[in-house]
Amino acid sequence: MSLAVLAVDDSRTMRDLIRAALTPAGFAVRTAEDGAAALDHLADPRPDVVLTDLNMPRLDGFGLIAELRRREALRGLPILVLTTESAPALKDCARRAGATGWIVKPFEPGQLVAALRRVAC
Amino acid sequence: MAAPDPMAEMRAAFFVECDEPLEGLQAGLDRLATGEAGAAGVHGLFRAVHSIKGGAGAFGLSGLVAFAHQFEGLLAALRGGQIALSPGLLALLFRAADHLADLVSLSRRGEALPEERTAALLAEMAPLAAAETEPAGPDFAPLPMALDLPPGAAPRRWQITFRPRAALFAHGHEPAALLRALAELGTLEARCCLEDLPPLAELAPEEPHLSWEITLEGPATEAEVAAPFDFVEDLCTLVIRPLAAELPEAQSQAPPPPAPAEVPTLVRVDLDRVERLMNLVGELVINQAMLGQSLARLPLSPHGDTMKGLEEFQRLTRDIQDSVMMIRAQPIRPLFQRMARTLREACAALGKEARLETRGEMTEVDRTVIDRLAEPLTHMVRNALDHGIEPPEDRRAAGKPAQGRITLSAAHRAGRVVIEVSDDGAGIDRAAVLARARAAGLVPPGATPGPAEIERLLFLPGFSTAEALSDLSGRGVGMDVVASAIGSLGGRLSLSSTPGQGTIIRLSLPLTLAVMEGMVVEVAGETLVLPLTQVSESLALAPSDLAELVPGRALVRRQGSLLPLADLGALLGYRAPLAAGGGGVALLTGGEDQPRRALLVDRILDQRQVVIKGLDESFARAPGVAAATILGDGSIALILDPGDLPPAPGPGPAPARPPAEVCPA
Repeated sequence: MSLAVLAVDDSRTMRDLIRAALTPAGFAVRTAEDGAAALDHLADPRPDVVLTDLNMPRLDGFGLIAELRRREALRGLPILVLTTESAPALKDCARRAGATGWIVKPFEPGQLVAALRRVAC
Repeated sequence: MAAPDPMAEMRAAFFVECDEPLEGLQAGLDRLATGEAGAAGVHGLFRAVHSIKGGAGAFGLSGLVAFAHQFEGLLAALRGGQIALSPGLLALLFRAADHLADLVSLSRRGEALPEERTAALLAEMAPLAAAETEPAGPDFAPLPMALDLPPGAAPRRWQITFRPRAALFAHGHEPAALLRALAELGTLEARCCLEDLPPLAELAPEEPHLSWEITLEGPATEAEVAAPFDFVEDLCTLVIRPLAAELPEAQSQAPPPPAPAEVPTLVRVDLDRVERLMNLVGELVINQAMLGQSLARLPLSPHGDTMKGLEEFQRLTRDIQDSVMMIRAQPIRPLFQRMARTLREACAALGKEARLETRGEMTEVDRTVIDRLAEPLTHMVRNALDHGIEPPEDRRAAGKPAQGRITLSAAHRAGRVVIEVSDDGAGIDRAAVLARARAAGLVPPGATPGPAEIERLLFLPGFSTAEALSDLSGRGVGMDVVASAIGSLGGRLSLSSTPGQGTIIRLSLPLTLAVMEGMVVEVAGETLVLPLTQVSESLALAPSDLAELVPGRALVRRQGSLLPLADLGALLGYRAPLAAGGGGVALLTGGEDQPRRALLVDRILDQRQVVIKGLDESFARAPGVAAATILGDGSIALILDPGDLPPAPGPGPAPARPPAEVCPA
């Protein structure tokens, strides 16, 4: 069964790139344009892993991660941050919010696939 | 012919996408200049620049990245209060925004960037930009995820003790994954410590009871060994210590080379082939149902091999079906993008101004649905401009911006796709609609329909929109054609309008036109199917569940509220309304955008996947009938759309009821 990825990014290009990188590797990719939209996507089948940007309108990445960690039904859901940021302070914030890992954009498709395979098995 | 390069396509899409943040940047700066925008406005500007930077980085446009990065720093400083907004700064921001737009369009055409001007602006921004912003270089270094081992490095041995806490699992980490990451650093030996594992009866499944003793042999430094644990250090007990370098016995020097990165491959497939596959899957579902029914008649143990095999068969069928559906699902974006052009052309034809906003455009919808949605959506967008958005001068007089706004949005909700077309125009002139409907004989004389009923008149055949038929959306095509096109897709249409503020038309469509989960019921001897997503609850009716406030109008008590109960057999004209004396099963439908109500059926027969078969044109207007299906025994059943059923049984003398049948309230 293919792994279901929910990719959250306000940039359409980023969402397309993620989809293009992951779909051929056998992932089922759903996308949302910000944290608030991502929350709508969680009811119908639960994703195996969430990949989220940090800087987004309405609900940003930190808020999304914190909200997901509050939900009992999503216990154990791996959440990876995919961002252009690499500041240690931001990374700490994400870690405290409950992120499972951190990937810096731009990404190589193979690296992204490997990172996802590593957390969602 | 050269195969289209997906990267080139995405690059092109990125540049198209840049238009939006660039426009947003201009608009945001305008608001900043007039003093309308506060801190949130500055953050919006920041995000606009940031999104251009992110995409530019992905395509290696380093000049664009560097400029955007400095611009972002300037905005961050403004947002953080390190610098104050002054006329000089505002002018600089405007110049930077213009320059960014120039850089984007030059990059788009692959031309050289004006280095001098860029450098001058960068120098002007540098002293003002936020100090904490890091230089662009390291910010964009991709995180190394596979480490190449430097050749010849001396192998070391590390002893790692790793004991996860419960929070580690809650945060989505997996010890096996961490071990695998470690294994990439060298030769790994892991021992799982089971000593703390309590007997099964006392086992608390939420609590971790395992820990690992790991020996890693390889040229990794301590920082490299700790790296995989970066995100779990607060969530576990971790001890990393070097071991005395015992001489390894004839070990292989180099760990196995990392697996080559996967190269994405795309296959283009003729839609007909996918279509054929989908039809075959449909047949498979029917076949499986038939097989299930025949097996159920045999004296077989439910735990025997045959029934287990059947279960497995059902599971596989479902998986195959999901996979095929995934192939057919596509984002609705191309359709929305076509509407932008439709709107531009319509604006030119009508001398109005409006821009298109889209939301949820990556929402995936069945390909067939997208194809068949194009025409009704085009019509709705034109309609919104033609009849909704006022001419610029009227808008200004009403205190609105001269440019109107039409918004398209798509979202998945409760197993359906909801698409909204909304405008910020004048709203529907209910008096004019009513007058026109009266003139066309659509409203009986003397009747006074309410606002919602008046709006529904627009969807009736024979109601031609607008007082003056215009060239554009007129052409004798009214909303009734849109309504029937949506109806043939198994969709519903609803409309709400606020005078002076605009109109929202909402389409709710099934996710697919192929297969759905259905509830099979019996009514007046007929077998019917209701989409499971639209039945929220079913209850066997007892007299105490019923109330009757007005004779002939039964209500069901449900959790403190009363829902109208309608006999499905009567709604479909199979029989006269049954006396509501109890008995039968009530199915609760509605919710979301539909009024809630209970439908009375005789009994529930089954709950299963059904294959949707389209109906002949002549059925298309039968209210409440959406499609048909073939059941496991080979018989044909109609699939209903509860939201489309008439609110009450058709005209005819409602049978008077003796008071004895009125249930005590």
